[in-house]
Amino acid sequence: MIETALVVATGLKKSYSARDGGACVDAVAGIDFTVHRGEAVGLLGPNGAGKSTTMRMIGATSPVGGGTLRVLGMDPMTQGPAIRARLGVVPQEDCLDRELTVRENLYIYGRYFQLPRATIRERITELLEFAQLEDKADSRVEALSGGMRRRLAIARSLMNNPDLLLLDEPTTGLDPQARQVLWDRLYRLKQDGATLLITTHYMDEAEQLCDRLVIVDHGRVVTEGSPAELIRTHTTREVLELRFPLDTRDAAAEKLRSSSLAGGDAGDGGRGEHSEQNEQNEQNEQNEQSKHSAHSKHSGGPRVEILRDRVLVYTDDGEAALAEVRAMSLTPVSTIVRRATLEDVFLTITGRSLID
Amino acid sequence: MVHTFEYWLLRYRRTWRATVVISVANPLLFLVGFGAGLGRLVDQHAPAQLSGTTYAAFFAPGLLCAAAMQTAFLESSGPVTYAAIDGSYRDATPTPLEPPQIMAGHQMFVIFRVLTSSAAFVVVMTAFGLTSPRAAPAVLGGAVLTGMAFAAPVAAWAVGVRRTARLTTVFRMIVMPMYMFSGAFFALAKLPTAVRIVAETLPLAQAVILCRDLSLETVSAADAARAGYLFALTAVGLLWARRAYTGRLHA
Repeated sequence: MIETALVVATGLKKSYSARDGGACVDAVAGIDFTVHRGEAVGLLGPNGAGKSTTMRMIGATSPVGGGTLRVLGMDPMTQGPAIRARLGVVPQEDCLDRELTVRENLYIYGRYFQLPRATIRERITELLEFAQLEDKADSRVEALSGGMRRRLAIARSLMNNPDLLLLDEPTTGLDPQARQVLWDRLYRLKQDGATLLITTHYMDEAEQLCDRLVIVDHGRVVTEGSPAELIRTHTTREVLELRFPLDTRDAAAEKLRSSSLAGGDAGDGGRGEHSEQNEQNEQNEQNEQSKHSAHSKHSGGPRVEILRDRVLVYTDDGEAALAEVRAMSLTPVSTIVRRATLEDVFLTITGRSLID
Repeated sequence: MVHTFEYWLLRYRRTWRATVVISVANPLLFLVGFGAGLGRLVDQHAPAQLSGTTYAAFFAPGLLCAAAMQTAFLESSGPVTYAAIDGSYRDATPTPLEPPQIMAGHQMFVIFRVLTSSAAFVVVMTAFGLTSPRAAPAVLGGAVLTGMAFAAPVAAWAVGVRRTARLTTVFRMIVMPMYMFSGAFFALAKLPTAVRIVAETLPLAQAVILCRDLSLETVSAADAARAGYLFALTAVGLLWARRAYTGRLHA
């Protein structure tokens, strides 16, 4: 049998009951997606969107709560060990043993996979080279930097030559330079034909590494496609970012909202309310936003989006829009014209930012 | 499960020196202090209370047993809790190992610790003439059985602990009182009836009597029941731990 789909999730669900007997929370509320061999797929969504829970179900370390899930053609509920034997998992917290050396961490992990000692020794040499940690082989993990530890965690997950690599927030908490090195390593894996499933809330990471993105929010898939496709379908080509002095901000925002820059949505009361409540009512932010996200979904035509700290003007020509703003005799403190990104896609679809 | 045992041994290579102090030197100091110091007083003033043995010979197997319990508790509580929060259990969970195997490998290590520290103690007891070389292997067996009876249920509890301050609370509020009322230091018969009955139902008190009978070679049918009690605790503890580990690691 040729298995091209390594992961098939249909109506995948999982709910948790709060530990103190509170209400049931749907962490994953019916997700459908597929990962094919050789693909790099990203699960993109804000914290708490259900990404990690989905990853644990795929990794056969958390029982499936509903729907069906097949991983490498097997059922994680009954064939957990067989599935895990062929997966590589990089969890969010890298869980390395800090007391042990780099080499010992790799060795023990190989033993957990019941690999023969000689095989493990060979793999360690290769993996140390891959992780660029040859000269740290006999240092304790305690002494490694965050980036090195993450590289070690990734190297370790490759110990069993996995068919599918699950990476949960691989670069969260790393400095920019360490992220670059890590991306380079993951890119190499991708070029070697590895299948990657990555969760992230960083759009740049998703853009760099993923062929296809599945955007999740509140435990559901909101949309999916390649990064370029998503940007093309859900947002305008350019974005004009404006910052106003605090005292004139509200008036400026009001003026922009009722201008032609707001496109077909000009004067849309719902969106206006959304933004104001957003500012005034931070405590209820979560509720307000989820209520509004339903009716703030629309296709990505020209429009104005008012955020807490800035105003975004979605347009196909940023410079022309800026001229229009100036013509309205508005004087922003700073202006930036930039290409639309996945962050804008997410904002368009859900009415919320990926990162607060 | 052999593989997780291997992990704990690998780690232990770095820390064994420190544990020798806690597991071997401390009980030995107790043995010398109580046995030689307090023992002389007891032997001079109330020799009849201890059915013909010296205080040291009465006290040593009890202390061995209590130390085995303490080692089992310490190895099976904190290390289990921390491994489950963000330590080696989290490492092993994504691998083909199942939670009961992760549990069994760690339990093997706990028993290894109880076995080695108890063995050192039994060697000293034998050297001091507090037990006979003939009885020594059985005494060691009693100590290891005691360790097992505590290690498994303690691990089942500890794997679910999220607030680590609880570990100390349980040690102070449950383990230490049980230690004091185990009959290791004095015969429980001296206690008021009500207290005595409660104390005697505690597993450690039964384990102490078992080890003492093995050491003094005064084994009776009741000791078989005591051993059965400790085996039953081990079995129930292991079954409970299997479920608790699965619930915690595959949530």
